[in-house]
Amino acid sequence: MNIHEFQAKELFAQFGVPVPRGKAIKTPRAAEKWAAALDAPVYVVKAQIHAGGRGKAGGVKITKQREEVPLLTRELIGKTLVTHQTGPKGRKVRRLLIEEGAGIDKELYLSLLVDRDSGCPTFLASTEGGMEIEEVAEKTPEKLFRETIDPAVGFQGYNGRNLAFALGLPSLEKAVVTPFIHMLGNLYRLFMEKNASLVEINPLVITTDKQLVALDGKVTFDDNALFKHQDVQAFRDLHEEEPLEIEAGAHNLNYVKLDGDIGCMVNGAGLAMATMDVIKLAGAEPANFLDVGGGATKETVAAGFRILLKDRKVKGIFINIFGGIVRCERIAHGVIEASKEVGMTLPVVVRLQGTNAEEGRKILLDSGLKVDVATDLWAAAQKIVAMKRKRKRG
Amino acid sequence: MSILVNKSTRVVVQGITGKEGSFHATQCQAYGTQVVAGVTPGKAGQEVEGIPVFHTVRDAVKETEATTSLIFVPPPFSADAILEAANAGIWLVVCITEGIPVNDMVRVKRALASTQTRLIGPNCPGIITADECKIGIMPGFIHKKGKVGVISRSGTLTYEAVNQLTNLGLGETTCVGIGGDPIIGTGYIDLLQMFEHDEETKAVVMIGEIGGDAEEKAAEFIKREMTKPVIGFIAGMTAPPGRRMGHAGAIITGGQGTAKEKVAALEAVGVRVVRNPAEIGETVKAALGG
Repeated sequence: MNIHEFQAKELFAQFGVPVPRGKAIKTPRAAEKWAAALDAPVYVVKAQIHAGGRGKAGGVKITKQREEVPLLTRELIGKTLVTHQTGPKGRKVRRLLIEEGAGIDKELYLSLLVDRDSGCPTFLASTEGGMEIEEVAEKTPEKLFRETIDPAVGFQGYNGRNLAFALGLPSLEKAVVTPFIHMLGNLYRLFMEKNASLVEINPLVITTDKQLVALDGKVTFDDNALFKHQDVQAFRDLHEEEPLEIEAGAHNLNYVKLDGDIGCMVNGAGLAMATMDVIKLAGAEPANFLDVGGGATKETVAAGFRILLKDRKVKGIFINIFGGIVRCERIAHGVIEASKEVGMTLPVVVRLQGTNAEEGRKILLDSGLKVDVATDLWAAAQKIVAMKRKRKRG
Repeated sequence: MSILVNKSTRVVVQGITGKEGSFHATQCQAYGTQVVAGVTPGKAGQEVEGIPVFHTVRDAVKETEATTSLIFVPPPFSADAILEAANAGIWLVVCITEGIPVNDMVRVKRALASTQTRLIGPNCPGIITADECKIGIMPGFIHKKGKVGVISRSGTLTYEAVNQLTNLGLGETTCVGIGGDPIIGTGYIDLLQMFEHDEETKAVVMIGEIGGDAEEKAAEFIKREMTKPVIGFIAGMTAPPGRRMGHAGAIITGGQGTAKEKVAALEAVGVRVVRNPAEIGETVKAALGG
């Protein structure tokens, strides 16, 4: 789960990681009031959306004039920002973070995530703050430093010293070395206690008055651990999510919306991805990823149908089920009932394999329903693509 | 021959009195697996289809000499269950559970490093040696004893591949679902090595997907050590970056972990990478000389 920058900074403050004085507001009036309270030499107004690249898209404004803050707020609230991470549709700005500006001397990069290879939490740090870290890794890997934390003992002083010296902090600004090491320990604690999957500060700045401050903040949480944290769940912002994905989640379906026009419904994540790939190979684009899971029932199939049909782009549906625990004859009954219930008018190809596949196919063929039944994966994919094309012409 | 498990493997099922646990324990038993014990704390003395239930894995091991455990415990308690098995001297733990917090697995993986215990999974269908021993949730009937080893991050996609192998008369030795999570117990490399040394195995199918760089690391190993043909498939060619595709580990981050990179890395070391998952079986057949 992703959260907003202002929420990440709330957490940072809670764990003793220094952040600029700031507040999230929704109206010009509130902005005016907060700017007066802040009374800073420089004000920073930042659009709060779940996407990077806000600065380049015009979502971050800086001013020395306090009276400009409500004007900038009026300009940004309700605006749709298009960044390299939002897709062409962009995201509507509903909230701004208004902060005191900092005098920047030096910008660093710092993040913490689980390294999949070692299976250990690992800090990444760089002297190239403010840049995309992927770019640093590619162009100047010698400026990127890693420090793996042994989860059995947790963060140790030597971990902090390793990074501080690698970054050359003692010669950059001696006063920040101890606070830096302290901050790493706090971030590690946040990461483990709140089950984060990523904590990123880019940039982490050394100010002109020798303070370390997290100027930006990003925290992503492990969905599997949300049950442990009521406070983290409260950070969820449904405006930032695709409505169809929210609906699918409510039915325990795993759905990701894509841009094509062949809707697909599959059991199992790997097979669902492979099915998308096969649709592409057959000459069309998948409209979605949809995994109905190992325990697919009539109800899940019906819910899946409804979600696929709500995507107006969908011109044909491909159901690919490999029965293991899921029995194909049950899926067949589910498809029949769900088709009647939603009044299916689009071409549908159902491919059944595995447990009771033959029985399932027979049930579908005997039902009088206008669905195409298949056994072979590749033949089935070609069929749905051909049916979609024919329908378009006709 | 086979790897890791065979008809003399003695299995304890943790979480055996639950709905999933009891159903699959019975299914494994019906396949021919020696399911010698079950564990549910507080339910010792009960039986599930003739399988005795114990309070703890320690008791189960002491009474039944189980060496392998199959876990169906809900996610919040899975880390504890894995560590309990390791502590009781179980040498192979197969964890089916999906949805275990990553940080729990971080601690488990670190703790297992100082034991003799090997973990398969979590978030996997399990392991099966065809016609001998099934420790997992896969449909047994699609498997047939033969000459291909299978390693996969997926469940149903593995069944798809196995079904093709069986239908073409190639059959399988052992099939291992290594799991779809970012942190898993056993990866490709250990299993590739075992298959390389297993006489019955003549070729290996490896089914990967987007996320992480396990396939790239496996490619380095294949180049150095594998003499047997390896046939690969990578799911998620059409997956968009930054989105989690069902599996917790299936996500392209910062341009890393794409299917394209993985395919390139594997092909560079001579792996026959199939673009169309419907052609996995045929490709294996061709690699083995028709």
